[in-house]
Amino acid sequence: MSAVKGAGEVGGGITAPAESPVPFRNSSLIFRALRLWRTRIGAALVGALVLLAIIGPYVAPYGPSVPVGEPNSTPGGNAVLGTDYLGQDVLSRFLYGGRGILVMAVIATAIGLIVGVAIGLVAAYARNALDDVLMRGMDVIMAFPQIMLALVAVAVVGPQAWVIVVAIALTTVPRIARVARGAAQPVVERDFIACSEAMGVPRWRILFGELLPNTLGPLMVEASLRMTYSIGVIAALAFLGLAPDPNGANWGTMIQQNQIALSVQPWGAVMPIIAIALLTMGTGLIGDGIARTAAGIDRSRSAE
Amino acid sequence: MSAAVSVENLRIEIAATGTPVVSDVSFAIAPGEILGLVGESGSGKTTVGLALLGHARRGLRIAGGSVLLGDRDVLTQDEEERRKLRGSAVSYVPQDPASSLNPALRIGLQLREVLDAHDSGGARDYSARIAEMMRAVALPDDRAFLKRYPHELSGGQQQRIGLAMAFANRPRLIVLDEPTTGLDVTTQAHVLSTVRELAALHDVAALYVSHDLAVVAALARRVAVMYAGRVVELGPADAMFASAGHPYTRRLIGAIPRLTGGRSLVGIPGRALSPGKRPGGCGFAPRCDLRIGQCEQEMPELRPIDTDHMVRCIRAELVMTQDPGKAGEPVEMPAADDAEVPALRITDLVASYGRHEVVHSVSLALAAHECLALVGESGSGKTTIARAVAGLHHAWTGTIALDGAELHPSARKRGGDARRRIQYIFQNPYGSLNPRRTVGQIVAQPLKIFGTAGGREADKRVAEMLERVSLSSGYARRYPDQLSGGERQRVAIARALVCDPTVLICDEVTSALDVSVQAAIVELLGSLQRDLGLSMLFITHNLPLVRSIAQRVAVLSQGRIVEAGEVGQVLANPSQPYTRQLLSDTPSLETAIADVSLDEPPAETFGK
Repeated sequence: MSAVKGAGEVGGGITAPAESPVPFRNSSLIFRALRLWRTRIGAALVGALVLLAIIGPYVAPYGPSVPVGEPNSTPGGNAVLGTDYLGQDVLSRFLYGGRGILVMAVIATAIGLIVGVAIGLVAAYARNALDDVLMRGMDVIMAFPQIMLALVAVAVVGPQAWVIVVAIALTTVPRIARVARGAAQPVVERDFIACSEAMGVPRWRILFGELLPNTLGPLMVEASLRMTYSIGVIAALAFLGLAPDPNGANWGTMIQQNQIALSVQPWGAVMPIIAIALLTMGTGLIGDGIARTAAGIDRSRSAE
Repeated sequence: MSAAVSVENLRIEIAATGTPVVSDVSFAIAPGEILGLVGESGSGKTTVGLALLGHARRGLRIAGGSVLLGDRDVLTQDEEERRKLRGSAVSYVPQDPASSLNPALRIGLQLREVLDAHDSGGARDYSARIAEMMRAVALPDDRAFLKRYPHELSGGQQQRIGLAMAFANRPRLIVLDEPTTGLDVTTQAHVLSTVRELAALHDVAALYVSHDLAVVAALARRVAVMYAGRVVELGPADAMFASAGHPYTRRLIGAIPRLTGGRSLVGIPGRALSPGKRPGGCGFAPRCDLRIGQCEQEMPELRPIDTDHMVRCIRAELVMTQDPGKAGEPVEMPAADDAEVPALRITDLVASYGRHEVVHSVSLALAAHECLALVGESGSGKTTIARAVAGLHHAWTGTIALDGAELHPSARKRGGDARRRIQYIFQNPYGSLNPRRTVGQIVAQPLKIFGTAGGREADKRVAEMLERVSLSSGYARRYPDQLSGGERQRVAIARALVCDPTVLICDEVTSALDVSVQAAIVELLGSLQRDLGLSMLFITHNLPLVRSIAQRVAVLSQGRIVEAGEVGQVLANPSQPYTRQLLSDTPSLETAIADVSLDEPPAETFGK
């Protein structure tokens, strides 16, 4: 597994080590996680749905708001999956409806991740009152249920895309911060951090150059979990009628609009339900695979 | 009288691949006898120790041989029989008492559990026996003490509880796996004498597994030396230390620091190979300077060279004619610079953690080009002083001056030049290197921070520095987890020296390393210090080590310097009772050999 070869014989007659435990690198963590079937299935699901959301609008037979027939007509004719409650093509709306959710979920999770990691690392490194202040602040945010906070934000400001993204990012921050702080705390105590301090390495470089790379394993797991929840909350808000465009094509909105006709024309609600379920399962499986791989490293590292 | 335990042709392999980890191990221990099992990390000594309980660690399998305990073979028993055996007929004292005692249970209850597990009949009241056990290990037996939790005991007390538990059911065999590693010498001396007394008193056979030859020499009359999964030498301790028959034993003895003489230490070049990479012939051949063609072709047999003295070397007779003192040359220490302004001056240093004052008014001066050893037991404040000098511990008063210029308590508030000129090498090379950076990046970091060099120039400096610490420049692309402990410590040394410091602080830099690796690192540090004209503050708990590296020594006890002076002077004629106590508690080969010869004649031993 040694990636480096050819150190060979050196001064003093020290022979280079021929074998070593599997090195634990960030890139290799993902690659090794992909050896697990659960990670592969998760990646395949996420990959397929992301692809669908991206290229969907280009291959859709109709526009998202074009009436193509009788409302709630069953599959057949010119609508492969039938029509929805306004007579729009279900397949076309389904193909258009993923992009918005995904983009918002990715941006919200990314913001939450960046801010959360920064707060968590600063708190872990501070080891003083600042740690308490930051983490108690996080606890306050975490006391509100995610969907409640989002609902309040949307109710006050209006259902604009950025409001939803910011509200979800805000609820993601404390959860990421907790994980980042927990993962960073044991690392902070290690001597290479003290060594950097003695050399006078700037604080931000200790945080992001020394500390962050050693906390990536748990953070990757948490990020995929947060992604799952973000998708869920955005879809739920849309279901409650709080999408940026109440009449636009959106998986959450589709479920809400077509649930009444579930017994007559189920496809309008079932397709987005399946898509959201598969997408969240996929991100969940990826997170689980990474977590298992990261934990497996500790097990294989039983030296004398 | 027959042997309490006899091990025959023990073979242990990696379950998945069948690669042998331990092979061809045979020895016997008489009742009341202590056999020392010595080896460096990876030699298989702990694996052998656990096999005596019929246990193999996860991933390993006991593949052959027998462990006869009386007339029963532990290896052929089923799990239930072995479970009954463990703790009653065989018991085990693990290395780290802090993690082997249950932190949530009071110690009285834990002692009771041991008795309860193997004593179904009779009264449930074990108070009398527990009190007896506690007295045997010289601990208080009152109720208040038994109600304590493990964290309320010191390390030595915890280990004595471990001993009490191990001896509780009067086992016939007890396996002690490095029970004094991590304990202070004084505590270690107490624990060792307890082991010796209890084993003799109850006629218990003991296998004492250790990497420390000096400790084993102080305790055991017979010693087995393991290398690469095999016993390479087995014999009486005094004979072995006087004239070892195996080149490895000889080199190992040469690597042990001595209290007398001030010889330099000589490490063993090369490193032990891991299972699966071991050569076909003698395991030590690649590192042996006496090897001949035959050594590399066939595995030598363990053969007797004297009464009870067996060696696995075809050239043992030649090895024994070699000068035993060949190992080390007397060290020539450069004279310290007697300039007015010392390189580093510490005046009235008072350091504390919170309200707890740990260093009380310590004053030290480190002359230019001098190595000053700071010796003390754990908790004496030696690391706190070092961290204060490095600017890592901020809560102190007094002054620390570098070439006469006072230093700010915090490294961040010091000038770049002051930070560059004081470099710190940490105790544990497993924690001091960022696992996510390559060796090249690690060594180049100071160059970037201090703006000394960048780009090509930095790469060149890194390569030079790696050569300087006897690593090839090819190591620059490796990650720390691909290196051994000794190699990691060399990287840490390279990082400290790459930006030309004047003061080097070495904080217990060898305590996490094997003896032969320790010798090589001390050798390297000594030569670098002399060649580069460094002023070095060498912190250690190992008094004999001081001899090999330092000109002056300061003995620290409970935050105060109790004695300071020339190394030879202090070690030969200590003026303070504390120093004398420390010296007499320090196990060393000389005192051990003297002890053995002064003692009553050795008990009957079991050759094979």
